[in-house]
Amino acid sequence: MPERIDFWGIPQPWGPILVYSIVMLAAVVMLVRVYRQASLWWKVGRPEKRWDRPLARLWNVVKVSFAQLRLLRQRYPGIMHFTLAWAYFVFFAGTALATINGHFFTFLVGSPYLVYKLVLDLFTLVFLVGAGMAAYRRFIKKPQRLTLNSRFTWSLIFIVGIVFNGLLVESFRLAIQKPDWALWSPVGWGLAQLWIGTGIPEAALHTLHVTFYFIHFLTVSALFVTLPASSLLHIFTVPLNAFFADLDVPAGRLPALPQNKQSEPVYASSLKGLTWKQLLDGDTCTECGRCQDACPTYAAGGEVSPKQLIVRMRDALHRDGRAIASGQAAPVLAGDGISESMLWSCTTCGACDEECPALIDHTGLVVDFRRWLVSEGRVETRLQDALAALSRYGNSFGQSERARAKWTQPMPVKVKDARKEAVEYLWFVGDYAAYNPQVSDVTRLTAELFQKAGLDFGILYEGERNAGNDVRRAGEEGLFEFLVEKNAAALGKCTYQKIVTCDPHSYNTLKNEYPAEAVGGRPVLHSAELLEQLVTTHKLELTKKLGTRVTYHDPCYLGRYNGVYAAPRRLLAAAGCTLVEMPRHGAQALCCGAGGGRIWMDEGPMKERPSENRVREAAALPGVEVLVVACPKDLVMFRDAIKTTGLEGKLVVKELAEIIKEAAT
Amino acid sequence: MKILVPVQFVPDLVEELVIDASGDRLDPYSIRWKLNECDDHAIEQAILLKEKYGGTVSVLAPDFEGVEDALYAAGAKGADRLVRLCADFEGGANTHALARLFLPLIQQEKPDLVLTGVQAYSSMDGNVGSLLAGMLDWPYVGYVSGVKPGDRKVWVRKDFPGGLTAELEAQLPAVLGIQAAETPPRYVPISKVRQVMKTCKIEEVNADLDPAGGVATRELRPPEGATRATMLDGDVEAVADQLVEILRAQGVL
Amino acid sequence: MNQDILVLVEQVRGQVADITYTMLAQARQLASAGAKIVALLIGNDAEALSQDLAADEVLYVDHPALKEFNGEAYAHLLAETITRLAPRLVLLGDTTIGADVAGWVSARLELPLVSCCRTIHAEGGDWVFVSPVCGGKLVAEGVLPAQTTVVTMQPGGFRTEQGRSAQPPHVARLEPPALDGLRITLKQYTEPQGEDVDITHQPLLVAVGRGIERQDNLDVVQELADALGGTVCATRPVVDQNWLPTSRLVGKSGKTVKPTVYLALGISGAPEHCEAITGSEMIIAVNTDPVAPIFNLARYGTTLDLLDLAPVLAEKARAVKVR
Repeated sequence: MPERIDFWGIPQPWGPILVYSIVMLAAVVMLVRVYRQASLWWKVGRPEKRWDRPLARLWNVVKVSFAQLRLLRQRYPGIMHFTLAWAYFVFFAGTALATINGHFFTFLVGSPYLVYKLVLDLFTLVFLVGAGMAAYRRFIKKPQRLTLNSRFTWSLIFIVGIVFNGLLVESFRLAIQKPDWALWSPVGWGLAQLWIGTGIPEAALHTLHVTFYFIHFLTVSALFVTLPASSLLHIFTVPLNAFFADLDVPAGRLPALPQNKQSEPVYASSLKGLTWKQLLDGDTCTECGRCQDACPTYAAGGEVSPKQLIVRMRDALHRDGRAIASGQAAPVLAGDGISESMLWSCTTCGACDEECPALIDHTGLVVDFRRWLVSEGRVETRLQDALAALSRYGNSFGQSERARAKWTQPMPVKVKDARKEAVEYLWFVGDYAAYNPQVSDVTRLTAELFQKAGLDFGILYEGERNAGNDVRRAGEEGLFEFLVEKNAAALGKCTYQKIVTCDPHSYNTLKNEYPAEAVGGRPVLHSAELLEQLVTTHKLELTKKLGTRVTYHDPCYLGRYNGVYAAPRRLLAAAGCTLVEMPRHGAQALCCGAGGGRIWMDEGPMKERPSENRVREAAALPGVEVLVVACPKDLVMFRDAIKTTGLEGKLVVKELAEIIKEAAT
Repeated sequence: MKILVPVQFVPDLVEELVIDASGDRLDPYSIRWKLNECDDHAIEQAILLKEKYGGTVSVLAPDFEGVEDALYAAGAKGADRLVRLCADFEGGANTHALARLFLPLIQQEKPDLVLTGVQAYSSMDGNVGSLLAGMLDWPYVGYVSGVKPGDRKVWVRKDFPGGLTAELEAQLPAVLGIQAAETPPRYVPISKVRQVMKTCKIEEVNADLDPAGGVATRELRPPEGATRATMLDGDVEAVADQLVEILRAQGVL
Repeated sequence: MNQDILVLVEQVRGQVADITYTMLAQARQLASAGAKIVALLIGNDAEALSQDLAADEVLYVDHPALKEFNGEAYAHLLAETITRLAPRLVLLGDTTIGADVAGWVSARLELPLVSCCRTIHAEGGDWVFVSPVCGGKLVAEGVLPAQTTVVTMQPGGFRTEQGRSAQPPHVARLEPPALDGLRITLKQYTEPQGEDVDITHQPLLVAVGRGIERQDNLDVVQELADALGGTVCATRPVVDQNWLPTSRLVGKSGKTVKPTVYLALGISGAPEHCEAITGSEMIIAVNTDPVAPIFNLARYGTTLDLLDLAPVLAEKARAVKVR
């Protein structure tokens, strides 16, 4: 009768006693050490409530830890990790079932036992495949984004060693037992043939079995004890992090500046200014480097990387956490351990947050550090000038507010003044669309399209100010609030049903961050969404099928942050364009490099600008002549990049509105 | 060290400059006032001195539109006293009038150092610093880009023509005309300015404006078009071609 | 008060500044018959500097403490001289020297003051001043009051040759005053950073201003300068940011240049800069603002973006050189 014999071949009674006591001791040590590390998060970090919507949070844990969907976005490392992780889930479950079976409720008898053995054995194979992939990757392939140091090598050695060891133990037992149902443990039985074949005497096999058995559980105990300091800590921290992560990633809505009990702002000058969740992010990171690979600034040749940001924060916590928790002064982090240039280089595009399999929030951390740098006045000159101009003139160009609506002057039909008449759509134009001469041509075009569609729309004329999205992400929270106040005041005096804007940055902040009183709960649309509606309802007729081969660049704040991918594509299809996707499209689109206030800063040394990288990606697509954009800053950045890369004549940048205009005439 | 910084406002050139119907001055309703850039440097230099060597900084500003923002920003940088001089400033005030406004406060406060911007592009009758120095009979050094205090004196770096600079020593009390602070004016986050608005008070001083010493303008006009440049037409290629021809004709290419 | 014109000579390290000749040229133009042009020269062993001054008389004050410019001493001496001579007009340079003195004298003697003056011309019995203001965007014109008036002059209104004379003027030595109580002393000069190129002796200058926006764009400009065989120089905002050393500064507190061609890229044309380039044979201006004041000074101009134009011009220039 096939059944599982507890502690088969192990000397009784001291064998099980030894095993249980040592393993349990090791487990306790592990849990205590994990708790000690975890306690630093809330002892050092700021409090923050993240218990809302527990079911949605649990669902994130399922997606991240069990389905491992983000990991699987990249085939090789995805499969590699999936096999390793699931093998261990199965082994863990197997051990748990064996313990229950041995002490509480016997069920591993007969067919259930045979299935149990088969599954476990097959997963050993699965594991070995994963282990092989991992070894190849870490020792031969050596991709640049990984941290190739001994810490990770040891983790791999441990987990592989334990599985091999377990397999060996099983093979020795099977070589002795030689049961009829041996084929239900195919891998173990296959290995057992080796021992049977070499004719090792049974007594020797027993000794080997016991020896490797003890080695096995000692190794497991060693793993338990060392786990809290090893890279395998992520077994605990990733599910935790997945549970407590922001439910919208990347977050289109940044948290307000926190205040202490004296109503003073709390800045992230040191670890103490970070929340416990941000510190948990540090301990969650497995240094996989996917964030770094997705980062446009890193690709441009900078040394700044989202991975380094998190790793340095984590290192600071490990180095200073205990001292800070016991009351010592916390050393300054921003600008010291984490360089200012790293903090200012971020475009807040959210690609890192989008790729991270552990749901770590990188951009939120950058903004928190920037808020502190700004509060200290540690801002480079060009950015200072832009912020001063935004504060004084409401735009970063340093041009008069009175010139904001100059672009409307050449229009034969005047654009309605939403401050004076009620309109259905209030068009929030944005700085670049109004002031930059390259873009204002397209703005006029858009206005003409709206007029042609018989849309009832108006603009705020001189009452409009920069919406503040990038001001906020540059860390100038006070200026952001000031701009919101001014815009809210202007909007408050108008009568309108919906807001539309061509600028994804304005779109993001108006939709996600402006207080409800400011926009009165009215829907905010991007012009792509509106134009699509106008086309599908035949208010705007597209008479021509253009037939051009185009590619479309998803703006960070429209696509990744707000999930608007389909509308622009449907528009292009309606215009009869053949859309060829760039390799990095949709949520993986490469940022043009202008966001987060970067367009107001000095570029710094760069091997290849993100915008240049992107236009080359577009130009490499066969037969594609047009790069379509849906953001004024993209238009400016990519047109410049075409000049600097010498792609003039090969690729042309057009705004969605320009395409629609061509198709509508 | 006690430092006083009298500042002034100039028309913001970002806005269109509209000449009044009278033809001899700017239309006062169209002017958007802005803190004089050199005065911003003077405030910064004063704060730098306070941070390094201790003392107090008081900023005196005439009551033009935007004076509160400018004073609170100075307060957020670290100025101790913020003073607003109220008088009838319609259309502006000449430099002599401003100097006379500042004078009684300076005589009253007896500072060690008066720092003020060395020039303002809307001034037509000299710079405030040298006028004040004359009224006070204090030494004056203008075009200063570095200040270090000593014992009852200061060392200053003064600009001379041709990129030359020199180190001068002046006995205190003195007036310095600041061209540039040692480091560019720092950034003050709006949140700090708002905080200062709650905690700092702006003192108000009333005064009468005496514009004597300035010179009356009979006409204010845009610059002559007669000597305007010949503008080159065409796109980048065409203009570049024309320039090459011009440069060859001049013998430099 | 007579109709005499008193001019304060500016000399730095044994050289008479060009502005002095400009002022003398102005004085020559204004002086009516019977009026004297008097130049006040202050220095130490500097009498020889009076040789080519186009003045009727030079009053010379000699004292070791006056070897270098001293604002306090100059102001006192000038004030004394004005009180004694009672001239109609007192001319000083609108410079780092003259502007230190003019206001002090105006306040002390309660004389009206006109600064930043470009030219003064006679109109009937009146003397009319013309001054650029607001960064050159406006021009102010007015009648000088009928009393001793102090005026600081900007360069560029006259050709310096008109202020030079072949005949040395009569020099009258003045008694130096008691100078122990001076509260200002010049300790030492600091040479501008040692630089390879002296921009004042270059025939073709490629100048950059605020319009260049970022430091990286300097590469494009340097490339253009190399292609044209010229030298890069800059206005104050660029030098203040340390994008170029102060030895490349052209302007009121920088160098005055007289190249054959001055190519001004992204420069608005504020007076502090323009006064230092008026001696150029030809100025070509590139600025996207069609009403930038530089276009009033330049012979040729374009509103194209300098970043678009520079690389194309560089290429064409290189092609020409190859031929």
